Amino acid sequence: MNELVFFVDNGLIAGLIIGAIYALGAIGVTLIFGILRFAHFAHGDMMTMGAFISLIIASLLQAAGVHGPFALVFIGMFPAMVITAAIAIGLDRIFYKPLRQAGARPIVLVMASLGVTLMLQGVLRLFGGVSARNMFIDRPKSIFQFHLPGANRPIVLTEPQIILFVFTAVTVFALHYFLTRTRLGKAMRAVSDNPDLARITGISTEHVVWATWIIGGALACAAGTLLSMDVALKPDLSWNILLPIFAATIVGGIGQPYGAIAGGFLVGLCESLSVFNWAILLRPIKPYLWFDIPSSLALVPTEYKLMVPFLILIIVLIYRPTGIFKGRVL
Amino acid sequence: MSLLSVTNLHAGYGQMTILKGVDMTLDAGEIGVIVGPNGAGKSTMLKAIFGMLNISEGSVGFDGADITGIRSEKLAAHKIAFVPQEANVFPSLTVHENLEMGAYSRRDAYGAVLDSVYEIFPDLKDKRGQPAGELSGGQRQMVAFGRALMIEPKLILLDEPTAGLSPLFMSVIFDRVIAINKTGVTVAMVEQNAKQALAIAHKGFVLANGRNSYTGTGNELLANPDVARSFLGG
Repeated sequence: MNELVFFVDNGLIAGLIIGAIYALGAIGVTLIFGILRFAHFAHGDMMTMGAFISLIIASLLQAAGVHGPFALVFIGMFPAMVITAAIAIGLDRIFYKPLRQAGARPIVLVMASLGVTLMLQGVLRLFGGVSARNMFIDRPKSIFQFHLPGANRPIVLTEPQIILFVFTAVTVFALHYFLTRTRLGKAMRAVSDNPDLARITGISTEHVVWATWIIGGALACAAGTLLSMDVALKPDLSWNILLPIFAATIVGGIGQPYGAIAGGFLVGLCESLSVFNWAILLRPIKPYLWFDIPSSLALVPTEYKLMVPFLILIIVLIYRPTGIFKGRVL
Repeated sequence: MSLLSVTNLHAGYGQMTILKGVDMTLDAGEIGVIVGPNGAGKSTMLKAIFGMLNISEGSVGFDGADITGIRSEKLAAHKIAFVPQEANVFPSLTVHENLEMGAYSRRDAYGAVLDSVYEIFPDLKDKRGQPAGELSGGQRQMVAFGRALMIEPKLILLDEPTAGLSPLFMSVIFDRVIAINKTGVTVAMVEQNAKQALAIAHKGFVLANGRNSYTGTGNELLANPDVARSFLGG
């Protein structure tokens, strides 16, 4: 039983946590690809930037003497989402829109987004330094333990993890409602489907582009903040997370928001289950085994975790290039 | 006073001029059919009217206003709708959502228009919840018509609506074109199936090499031996 609890803690929950982060990031990447037709490499740094803004607002709230039922940084996350969305629109205005209007090819926009990535990283380091920061500035994070009968180890969930699960669930439902029930959401799907037809139908591409950056920017901020709450805020957060997010986007089918969610959780779980030490689950049945259990039986050593999304990416590109939900082929 | 008047239109793609001075006038409530050999500039003509191409010379007048060079996305406000030949539905959107998108530029209630579209195309009502990409070519064409009708256009431009359809569906489509026209919508249509199309046309325009080569009523053109020999396959 203890072994099972260990598996739930270190395999399943860990996978779902990082999966939810990937999903939140991948929704933005896939929407931006669907509407604007380019891979937005600066998405990871929009996450870091969002997390920094949340922290700054939390500090301001603390200085103003605000107390709340939640950690200040979580309260600060909502205005930070608005600010990040506004910055995303601003970045589009300054860097991407002129290129689009000049009829630049998608690869040029990809390169521009790489430039934006480097720029954002520089700015964040300039003002935020390079050290890791704790997001819980007003109080330590709460930890919840759930005891299962027959196990003396508890299942452990931390405050940011519960917030993340609830936030992701709400986001998925809200996004579904937006895309299938609202005029602007349907217009977004229409532009993603057939931009030329959308134009001659009189759909305002400008509105749709705005909506895309608002959703992408706000969710990037949320994902960055929640991830930093779970671990710590580091300025190089984005580099390690960008590849899995793109893997999740492609696995789910490029341009497919539901695919991005599924892809995010798939990549997250694959990652955590491949670094999980399976030897622990074998220990209870040790007497019945004809071989000795090695001390570590992980599929991939933790340091090489990043190769898992790479591997998934390669397998998907070879065997199902359209992804699970039949997206576009790059 | 004609509803649509195209005068001495020169237009093309980039540096290449396809239309070299075409004229066309349609009165309100008419069906105008544009026919001619491949490369004559038929589709180019519709695209130029609908602001999808650069017009280098000439003018397009509509309902008393000069709409020369106004971009497509603004033309819904002038009550002009365009149905492209290919990729004319949003495949992942349901039939119903496709029609709703047609009304995107409207700020008023359009429930009554939706009902009337379903009345003209009863098949669509049964398939309203189905993604448009799953429909047959003919059904998709009806979704495209329906989408265009959502702005209650005064003029609808149809680019080869029967292309790639079986002869059975072809007559269904022409039938629907007549039905749409009966509701007071002026139709400008490009067609490969010239004989059938001219038979329902009030006015016909034969284009060749980017110029008008014959103009007349549909019946006049059908009866004209030169037109028949050169363009209608004898």
